[in-house]
Amino acid sequence: MDLTFSKDEVEFRDELREWLAENSPGEEPRGDEDAIFAFRTGWQRSLYDSGWAAVHWPQEYGGRDATLMESAIFFEEMGRAGAPLPANVLGLLLAGPTIMAWGTPEQKDRYLTPILSAEEIWCQGFSEPEAGSDLAAVKTRAVRDGDDWVVTGQKVWTSGAQFSKWCMLVARTDPEASKHKGLSYFLMDMEQEAVQVRPLVQITGEAEFNELFIEEARIPHENMLGEEGNGWIVALTTLMNERSGLGFFLQVRLRQLLDKLVAEAVANGSIDDPVIGQSLGDMLERTETLRLTAYRGLSTITKYGQPGPEGSLTKWLWSETNQMMTQLAVDIVGPQALHKDNPWAYELLRARGNSIEGGTTEILKNIIAERVMGLPRK
Amino acid sequence: MEFDFTEDQHEIKRTAKDLLGKRSTVERVRSAAEAATYEESLWTELVELGWPGVAISEEHGGGGLGVLELATLLEESGYALANSPLLATAACGLAIQEAGSDEQKDEWLPKLASGEITGSFGIEGQTFPDAPDSDVIVVISEDGATGTVVATGDADVVEDVTIDPTRRYGTVGLGEGGDALPGDASAALALAAVITSAELVGVCTRALEMTVEYVKDRKQFGHPVGSFQAVQHRAAQMLLHTEGARSVTYYAAWAADADRTLLAEASALAKSSASKAGVEVTASAIQAHGGIGFTWEANVHWFYKRAQLDAAYLGGTKTHRARLTAIAAAASGSR
Repeated sequence: MDLTFSKDEVEFRDELREWLAENSPGEEPRGDEDAIFAFRTGWQRSLYDSGWAAVHWPQEYGGRDATLMESAIFFEEMGRAGAPLPANVLGLLLAGPTIMAWGTPEQKDRYLTPILSAEEIWCQGFSEPEAGSDLAAVKTRAVRDGDDWVVTGQKVWTSGAQFSKWCMLVARTDPEASKHKGLSYFLMDMEQEAVQVRPLVQITGEAEFNELFIEEARIPHENMLGEEGNGWIVALTTLMNERSGLGFFLQVRLRQLLDKLVAEAVANGSIDDPVIGQSLGDMLERTETLRLTAYRGLSTITKYGQPGPEGSLTKWLWSETNQMMTQLAVDIVGPQALHKDNPWAYELLRARGNSIEGGTTEILKNIIAERVMGLPRK
Repeated sequence: MEFDFTEDQHEIKRTAKDLLGKRSTVERVRSAAEAATYEESLWTELVELGWPGVAISEEHGGGGLGVLELATLLEESGYALANSPLLATAACGLAIQEAGSDEQKDEWLPKLASGEITGSFGIEGQTFPDAPDSDVIVVISEDGATGTVVATGDADVVEDVTIDPTRRYGTVGLGEGGDALPGDASAALALAAVITSAELVGVCTRALEMTVEYVKDRKQFGHPVGSFQAVQHRAAQMLLHTEGARSVTYYAAWAADADRTLLAEASALAKSSASKAGVEVTASAIQAHGGIGFTWEANVHWFYKRAQLDAAYLGGTKTHRARLTAIAAAASGSR
């Protein structure tokens, strides 16, 4: 066991830190979705120009062949520097790796570089009103018409759809086949009348997510990713990449918030209240447990090629801790934490989504029980 | 970074598990506990394998390995709930090695390492594992600032009958005797907390395994109870506690060997987390076993009882959380 970073990992971190020091993204605008998107696009361009846009991608596609650990370090450093996520985060983390795994040479040539450069933004069309965690229940239909597929249906929770050129779309191509088998995976052009995007205003007042209404959209057959009827397997590739590295970004942010909260408690003296002290101790314990468990999970994958039991626990632990911590902030900061312009008010509200987005805690617990611990399905 | 044991460390852990799987079955744990005795032959065997002195320097007759290797043995010892003075003797040895003078080390370490004598360790006035039958005890002052090594005969030892019959306990006060440890008593305390955490991780691992097996088999309403989401979610929570405690305990054991600047915080983290996990996971194990879990006949209660004593030993979750907060507050002030 060696929990120090290797020479290569230290060099990677140092090089990145140096670059970040010289290329600070500055302060992200608040509230205005378009301004935020423009800011994040500029940031991704800057990363791209210096070869930092997708460190985990192979070199032949413009990445750095970073190890899992280096990729984690990348996100940690981005979090530590207070950098925003790049505009095309779903393209970089999900679409790119899925196309690399399943795409034809032509598809790889066509799509990968614009993902890196943020010229073409991607969104993910998996969830539907009646298919949240249950992807096999997808109802959106795709019907073959000559060289095209004609798609009709509805998608939901599509973040960044209003800025996207492309959508990773899972649709049912064979209504006769059993649930998993009738699905196919498409790369859908968002720039067509048949695709309408309607923002979903969330409890924070922002609209990070959208609904997609698809009415006879046309997708050329050459934009199918993988074979017809193989959509379930291709989608699993996307889902397996869902939190690669990003978790480290989120957990560094969590730690930064906690450090702010401790500083606040020291400043206003509430840290001397044993009840507050206990609660902060709980948050410190959880935050460190999260960091160390995430590292342990990475080591397991790197060494054994597959995740251990710890890998499935971090998203749950992160979301629960962020919710508890932002609630604790109300006790420490006082009622002004609930004033609309107070940053803690935003954090408190936004945290409610954490235990829902990317799989609810309840579904995660089911998965842990059944797939990790081998308990019987009902 | 490699957050996993080396092949040698895995081998030590596997060998320990195999041995205890044969030598310390739950039936034997039960009969020893019910007879309020230890099976002497088990301790003899562990001594022959060098377990009590595994982390004591070769210079003093030990194995010269690290706290991490010792922690793997204690984890397996907790998993098997082995009836032996291993935790107490190892903690005592670590403390003398950490904070003792050369004379104290020469006097006590070789005998502790060879198993010729057994030791105990704890905070003055509290409950010490295996103190009554030990030969030497390290007593840490209530404020954690100073330590004293004392021959058991010269200390004030009162046998305690606790809820945990798998181990013997005693309350220790300093009598007239004793010899102050010149070194860092707080580091000695931290090391003992780390290896106790390791034992708790083993206890949790076993309690969880027993629970998973049970809920797969036990049927109600025509289905295994493990297929009910309420039970599944309880099991998932048990896994989160166990694996979280494992991560931080291994980290703390590594810090003890490799980076002492991290030890104070890491050991508080480990003991806080492992104490919470121990209490929660074993309590959940009783609940998931239903009525049978509340009977003397079922074996989960042995694990619950050991977890309670280990969690309270050297301060539980609340004590160590307060420490974490104090460390963070101090760091916050200095930033």
